[in-house]
Amino acid sequence: MTQQKPLHRMLLIELPVLLILLFALAPFAWMLLTAFKPTQELSVFPVRYWPDHFTLAHFEMLLQRTSFAHNWFNSFLIASGAVIVGLSVSIPAAYAFSRFRFAGRSYILTGFLVINMFPIVLLIIPLFVLMRHLGLIDTFVGVIIGHSTFSIPFSIWMLVSYFNAIPQDLDEAAMIDGASRLQTIRLVVLPLITPGVVTTAIYVFITSWNEYLFAMMLSGDKVRPVTVALQLFIGEFTVQWGLLTAGGALIALPVTFLFLLIQKRLVGGLTAGAVKS
Amino acid sequence: MQMQSRHNWLPYGFLLPALAITGLVIIYPVLQTGFLSLQNYVLYSPDESRFVGLAHFKALWKDEVFWISLGHSVVWVGGIVCLQLLLGLGAALLLNQSFWWRGLARALVIVPWALPSVIIGLIWTWIYDYNVGVLNDLLLRSGLIDQPVAWLSNPKTSLPAIMLTLVWQGFPFFAVMILAGLQTVPQELYEAARMDGASAFRQFWHVTLPSIAGIMATAVLLRIIWVANSLDIILVMTGGGPGYATHTLPLYAFLRAYSEMEFGYAAALAVVMTILLLGIVFVYVRRQAKELA
Repeated sequence: MTQQKPLHRMLLIELPVLLILLFALAPFAWMLLTAFKPTQELSVFPVRYWPDHFTLAHFEMLLQRTSFAHNWFNSFLIASGAVIVGLSVSIPAAYAFSRFRFAGRSYILTGFLVINMFPIVLLIIPLFVLMRHLGLIDTFVGVIIGHSTFSIPFSIWMLVSYFNAIPQDLDEAAMIDGASRLQTIRLVVLPLITPGVVTTAIYVFITSWNEYLFAMMLSGDKVRPVTVALQLFIGEFTVQWGLLTAGGALIALPVTFLFLLIQKRLVGGLTAGAVKS
Repeated sequence: MQMQSRHNWLPYGFLLPALAITGLVIIYPVLQTGFLSLQNYVLYSPDESRFVGLAHFKALWKDEVFWISLGHSVVWVGGIVCLQLLLGLGAALLLNQSFWWRGLARALVIVPWALPSVIIGLIWTWIYDYNVGVLNDLLLRSGLIDQPVAWLSNPKTSLPAIMLTLVWQGFPFFAVMILAGLQTVPQELYEAARMDGASAFRQFWHVTLPSIAGIMATAVLLRIIWVANSLDIILVMTGGGPGYATHTLPLYAFLRAYSEMEFGYAAALAVVMTILLLGIVFVYVRRQAKELA
């Protein structure tokens, strides 16, 4: 681009960027600010923007008087389980797509793209019936299996592109040197693909943590994750916005942080169309 | 080293676990939905289920709520995807310029995209609150309205209000995607255009747009599919109300299944919705498969 005068650039670029960022961040910031405001200040109108006193009362009540901490931990277990199940079946599958040419390869790979596009309502009704048959409603296994509907297709597409980025010559050299296929995978391919695996794992974790519909259908009192619990609180404590926004903050902050960590490496998977919103 | 042999079962062995789970949690349920749509299914006494043929589809044709929901879905997808694209394109073009805090701006713009839909619903319900919501406060202070508006419980404003929420959530996706496209446009093209005396607008029109058209088309197709399928934010914010004002097709199907336990009818709705989207999925998958398979 041509050199622009500083004032020119400020008005035409930096100011609009600032407005877009304000639009993107203000609602989030408003939630955080609300979480620290005393209840009396929340019910005044016109709205008091900056709190006179900051308080942790909402967080204390949320953690001491509700099941929130328990639900938070459930979410952590479910998301970790979704990562483990997703990756342990997707790594071998992605390796096969990347390193072998076999009959039906492109059809199956395309199939994994297509199933990622199915409407959730198409899956969720019979999945609920199925889980009920298997006695898996309100178990960690049930919710984790439900989440593999998106974690497996997504992980496969991400990982195939990472495997493809590793030159085949490396595998060949190792095998000529007498390594078996499994040794080659373990000692040559997997170490190189670790950054890709970590990115995929974090994204699956975030998606599972954020997920609401499957979790709501498949969980009950025992394994209820935090998104579903918060939605129930909304029904219960409608007027207690301090409590709700404090919960929102405790749910949103860890995933926002994780997302910022991996955002640069996600772009490859984005253009492959594998990343769910 | 690539294995060509027909008798090599190894790749299939590697695929087996993924295929088995996918078959159980996706393929089987999808077929089951097709089957359910032809049945009068009662969840708590499956033995009483009976085959009703296309009766659900006939009922659907005469179901006023189906048509209302379909209409809302069209407005929903069209409005949200267009606005996300425009805002995302604007953001990407700006973030592709150079200024000293560009890295920070690029990182922060994606925050809405990282948030769970329940939190997004919560944040915006709070912003739209009739009594103490910040939107009414800002609009009253600036004199744009003289009475507070009940954004989510007024049937005229509830759908647009939720659509704005979705635009907020999804525009960063377009921004990041288009930005990735912009970074691949060769600088020589701009230099050549400038030598020919092209204005900034003509550079955008003749160099930038054609170069990012492919990635924009991919993003739009993906977004249409997801936005058409999304129902969780509506569910959290209004549950489809007031009345049918925020019913879209997936939400209507979900409510018929979840609140009214009419699994057969809900399955028929899901099948119709999938057929309506199939064309777009087909176009998208063909583009992607060409690129990557």
